[in-house]
Order: sequence, then C-alpha cells, then structure tokens
Amino acid sequence: MDTTVEPTAKEEKIWDGGNRPLRASYGKLMMWFFIVSDALTFSGFLAAYGFSRFKFIDSWPIADEVFTHIPFIHGNFPMYYVAFMTFVLIFSSVTMVLAVDAGHQMKKNKVIFYMFLTIIGGLIFVGSQAWEWKTFIKGDYGAIETKGGRILQFLDNEGNRVALRDIATSSSQRDTHTRDNGIWYEGEEATLSTYTVDDIKAGFAANPDLLIRTQYLTEKGEMTVLSREESLNKLNNDAVAIVEGANLKHNEYGSPLFADFFFFITGFHGFHVFSGVLINIIVFFNVIIGTYERRGHYEMVEKVALYWHFVDLVWVFVFTFFYLV
Amino acid sequence: MAHEHKLEIFRGTLKFKSNITKIWGVFVILSIVTIVEVILGIAKPEVLTENRFLAMKLLNWIFIVLTIFKAYYITWDFMHMRDETKGMRRSVVWTAVFLICFLVLIVLLEGDYIYEVYKSNHVKFNF
Repeated sequence: MDTTVEPTAKEEKIWDGGNRPLRASYGKLMMWFFIVSDALTFSGFLAAYGFSRFKFIDSWPIADEVFTHIPFIHGNFPMYYVAFMTFVLIFSSVTMVLAVDAGHQMKKNKVIFYMFLTIIGGLIFVGSQAWEWKTFIKGDYGAIETKGGRILQFLDNEGNRVALRDIATSSSQRDTHTRDNGIWYEGEEATLSTYTVDDIKAGFAANPDLLIRTQYLTEKGEMTVLSREESLNKLNNDAVAIVEGANLKHNEYGSPLFADFFFFITGFHGFHVFSGVLINIIVFFNVIIGTYERRGHYEMVEKVALYWHFVDLVWVFVFTFFYLV
Repeated sequence: MAHEHKLEIFRGTLKFKSNITKIWGVFVILSIVTIVEVILGIAKPEVLTENRFLAMKLLNWIFIVLTIFKAYYITWDFMHMRDETKGMRRSVVWTAVFLICFLVLIVLLEGDYIYEVYKSNHVKFNF
C-alpha cells in the first residue's frame, strides 16, 4: 500500500512518536513542507505578474510576438522553442521517476543511468533558458520610446515588422566616451543606441511605406496600427529615445514590467533548475559510490525527485501564464 | 520490498500493468496535452478568442484547465501523491489550493480596479 521507506521506523510507543498517521518518513514530509511553501512563493510571483497584466490589460506585450526564435535558424517561429523546453523538462521528470522506481527495486546501475539522463535534461533546459534570455536582452527589431514610456514599433504597409537598421539611412550617433579620449570622464557610460531618434525620424519621413504601431491593443487583441499621418505626428511629437532589446528599465516589446517579470520569474525558476541539477549531481555520485546501497534504501533519490518534479510543475504554470495566456 | 503503486488512472478506466508502463503512459498524456496547448496557442481559433466566459477568453480558460490537468498528473503520478495517505494528500493539496485561490482572486481584482481607475481618470496616460 504505502510506497514510502521508513528508515528510522523502530518499535516506539504511540506517545513517543510511534504513531505515523501519514505513513511518510521525516525526510519526505519535510520535502513536502518545503514544496508547499515554495509553491506559495511562486504563486505569489505569478499573481503579481497577473496583477500587472490586469493593470495594463490593454497594452501588454503579446508573448508569441516576443519569443519567436529558434537557435541557428532564422525566421518567425512563435513558441516552438519554449514548447521544446517544456518537453525537455517533462522528459527529465520521466527519467527521474524511472530512477526512483529503479531505486525501489535496488537496481543501482539503472538508477545511475536514469539520474544521468535527468541531469543532462536539466542542463539542456538551463542552457535553453540562458539562450532565451540572451535573445530577449539583445532584441530584434528595436523600437522608439515615447515621453510616457510607451513603445512605438515600425511596420511596412503589408504589416511586416521593420527593424530600426532598415529605417535609418545613416547613423549620427556619437562615440561612447572612454577614459583615454576624454578631458572630462565620469566613469562608465551606458551603452549608446546604434541610431539617434533624429536618424529614425528622418528615415521614417523619407519612406512613405512605413507605419507605426503602438502597444495599445485593439478589441481583437492586436496592436493598434496608426495611419501614415498619425504615425508622423506621433513620432515627431512624442518620441524621446531608442530602445534596442530589453532590460529592467526599457523593453522594446512593450511594457518594461513584462521584462522585469520575465527576468524575475524565469530567473527564479532557472535558479531552481540549476540547484536541482547540483543536488542531482551530488546524489548521482552518492549512488555511484554506493552510499544508498549500503544504507539499504534509495530514499534520497526519492526526495530529490520530489524537488525535481516540483520544478517541472512550476514550469508548467510559468509556460501557461507567460507564453500561452 | 513491498512498494505497491496504484496503477489505475482516469478513475480506474485505464489500468497499467506495471509502474513503469504507467510512467510512460502519463508521459504520453502530458505530451499530448502540451502539443494541444501549443497548437491552440499558434492557431488561436477565432471561436475561442472572441467568446468570453467570466470576462476571460475561452482560449485562456482552456489553457488554464489543461495546465491544472497536467499539474494533477505530475503531482499524482510523478510525485506519487496517488500512493500517499488521504490525510497527507489533503494537507498538501488543499493548503496550497485555498491560499492560491485567495491570493489570485484578491490580486487580480485589484489589478483590474487600477486599470479602470487609469482608464476613467482625468489624467491621460497615453502620451
């Protein structure tokens, strides 16, 4: 009936802790305690994300226009890579639970093999996450920021996105200040954008095919596209800065809060995966040197498996609320 | 060693022969659900995006229901919640479910309220 190992089970009197109503060992119960509290932490983060999203419900970035890249391949592939990452994590959960099953049957070599696969899966996931971050930070098309901190993106008359580099005909951006060529130098300067706002204004005025779309969503949930006249007005009156990529203050895809939450939540989750991989590696070597074989049971594998499945569980929710909804 | 697992899922309509086949079966179910989610996310059928239930698009309801469906199978079969005692199951699941529902309800309502304030305010935020 119960699958739990009870390593410390001794004959104890009921009032001395001999009664085990939950039939779970101390270690596993404590792991469940941790998981419940960590689940509440993550739901706090996701609820905060939901709060900001509801607060800016009419101007929130559309996730499948943000995450459209696959490594080594050019083109527009919304969500495929994230779906791949989800599969990697679910599959590493499968190999983990197979390791637990092998542990129940005391098959050391099988445990080693499945834990190895789990670790590889975890590493692929963390690597993919790092690549997602890099792509997101670097940005794609670039955008203009207005006085109110809103984002203006560029389209041609067929509705395709146009990058800043295709709008500006030349760059009048100055060189970055460096210590060796300045009379007055106050330290590191923030990275300068490739073009200035005036370059973009000039390039935009010169090409009658270009239109602007704002981050405000229409009834159908698409970003509002302005007419040529409105576009010119908007650009000449409101544009103050160039945004290339995303960081904690500016985000070329829309609201900076989206980037903040993206970095924070996927970063926190990625850190969980990372620490899960580390714990998995420790347990993996303990399996190899026979620690659990001598102990007579593989409960440690079960405990780390609980943590690992929890990380997968959180990702299922992050995937839904960041990428799908 | 007596490690018995409950091998029935879908309320007993699907019974696996061994724990390992059950694990692979659950993996197949989770994969199918994920594929369905991705297809819906890319296709975005108009029927589902234009009709709403409780102020949310039907598509989003489907995503949320499928997510909870996946969470159930991960917890029940990968984390072996199915094999734990009833008391253990309830103390973990209900604690989290109640607190999360409470938090989400309050926070989302408040977010929507602030959106309304911004929208009907005298100060214009689109500049």
